[in-house]
Amino acid sequence: MKQLSFLLEKEFRQVFRNPAILRSVLIMPIIQLLIFPFAANYEVKNVLLSIVDHDHSSYSQKFISKITASGYFILTDYSPSYNKAMESIESDKSDLVIEIPKNFEKDLVKENKSSMLLAVNAVNGAKANLGGAYAANIIRDFNQEIRLDWMTFPAFNAIPTIEITSSNWYNPTMNYKDFMVPGILVTLLTMIGTFLTSLNIVQEKESGTIEQVNVSPISKTTFILGKLIPFWIMGLITLTIGLLIARLFYQIVPVGNISLIYLFAMVFLLALLGIGLLISTYAETQTQATFVGFFVMMVFMLLGGLYTSIDSMPEWAKWITKVNPVAYFIEVMRMIVLKGSGFADIKYHLLSVLGLAVVFNTWAILNYHKRS
Amino acid sequence: MKEAVITVNKLTKKFGDFIATNEVTFEVDKGEIFGFLGANGAGKTTAMRMLCGLSMPSSGSATVAGFDVYKQTEKIKQNIGYMSQKFSLYEDLTVTENIRFYAGIYGMARPAIKEKTAQLLNQLNLTPEANTLVKALPLGWKQKLAFSVAIFHEPKIVFLDEPTGGVDPITRREFWNLIYQAAERGITIFVTTHYMDEAEYCNRVSIMVDGKIEALDTPRNLKKTYNAKSMDEVFLQLARGAKRSDD
Repeated sequence: MKQLSFLLEKEFRQVFRNPAILRSVLIMPIIQLLIFPFAANYEVKNVLLSIVDHDHSSYSQKFISKITASGYFILTDYSPSYNKAMESIESDKSDLVIEIPKNFEKDLVKENKSSMLLAVNAVNGAKANLGGAYAANIIRDFNQEIRLDWMTFPAFNAIPTIEITSSNWYNPTMNYKDFMVPGILVTLLTMIGTFLTSLNIVQEKESGTIEQVNVSPISKTTFILGKLIPFWIMGLITLTIGLLIARLFYQIVPVGNISLIYLFAMVFLLALLGIGLLISTYAETQTQATFVGFFVMMVFMLLGGLYTSIDSMPEWAKWITKVNPVAYFIEVMRMIVLKGSGFADIKYHLLSVLGLAVVFNTWAILNYHKRS
Repeated sequence: MKEAVITVNKLTKKFGDFIATNEVTFEVDKGEIFGFLGANGAGKTTAMRMLCGLSMPSSGSATVAGFDVYKQTEKIKQNIGYMSQKFSLYEDLTVTENIRFYAGIYGMARPAIKEKTAQLLNQLNLTPEANTLVKALPLGWKQKLAFSVAIFHEPKIVFLDEPTGGVDPITRREFWNLIYQAAERGITIFVTTHYMDEAEYCNRVSIMVDGKIEALDTPRNLKKTYNAKSMDEVFLQLARGAKRSDD
């Protein structure tokens, strides 16, 4: 254990002498947290709309002004025919076509029903989905309005309607920043855990210094601890900076206990450092380590629930998320920050990540050989 | 009084079908400067790495400082120093920090390290450079420092893999002075080299060709046996038949 102090001393000196590492630990989180939440936005705005109005009635005018007033759509095209409107979709000038049929108003008044056609360009799936949903919502709203116009004094309600009111619990204003910032923080810790550790060790392989260490009587556990502890501490520093930024710039104050976040982060970092270590035992060059690290990161991110909901993934993908520490941490982060969950609520997540940490680190230690 | 500190018996290392080191057998005595010669790719480094516990032998047996190379590598490591072909100090640490780190992982105590560092820097005339980053030092100084670091913990044996590669003749001379000083203190020196003038400095020399030891004797006897004027000629006679080249 006395040897460990020499290892740590050396590792910290090297870190403080390496501006690139300091930058990635200190500056990277600041930049990412200040820029990404504004750009990586869940809301769909600026849906380009093309309208084909065959009716030219007061109702159709009323409808068009309602939909453009909503703020989600930009009316780019007012086409005479459906085919013309499709051309503008093909040339990417519009995302959504609404066709109002002839006799829209007449049918509505006389026969008490009418129809409309909604065509969506689904190349950009998220935009199409949400844009279509918004449009459908506005149409329903419009429908309700005109019905109320007609039936100011209904003797009895001819159309029984079920009113749906939703309230968004835990994130009442549906502020996507509250949702994204904790997630981005997790991705930052993931980067530090996997990349810094694996690159650090592989760099020693490349320069040959690891051989000089391997020929010394130092035990491999001591050596590995000497490599893990500095990056573990750096990860916690990044977390602290991130939480401060969340509080100062986004007024995100965790509802739950902040020490619970740290407890989870400590275990989480252990798992991630284990993965970094594991990569370094297989990679011979920093290029290899970077590529493998990137692949692992992509899988962790895309199957981590930051961008897409895990609940809507297919069964097999859900199984992958079970061995993905990032998925657990993103969920726990949101639970503690937004919902104020306590220890009992995250117990299962904590144990799972602890298990993963044990598996990854044991694997890495077994695969690290002082002798080839 | 001869006392063997390295005994090697039919030690072999195979990489697939390739036999890097083929049943080599030799002994090295305590306090001896043992030259380990051979063309590039002859298997010197592989043999040395097996003795240092960095590479697992395929067959044969060997003991280093009385410990078995299969089972007691960690014991061996406490008793040896090693200087690899690749320069292996940390470029981004200072001279003092490098010494402290390597001495530390060999289990030396901080006060002892401090005292001995001052002595060593003085001896190497490196005191003004104590806080210089190693990457800023000239190659010759780096090599002398690397050697001093390798024997800082007073090992019984030190393994040097082409320690003077790329170093100018004057610095090589100084380097060999350091080797002699270490040998006088009783440290056994196991050294590989390509420089035949350096082979003349060794007490005994072995010459490896294609994974096998072809000759082993004092430089004087080798020259007599092969009827050669210099070690250079001895080496050329033996190595000419080699089929392998390059590492």
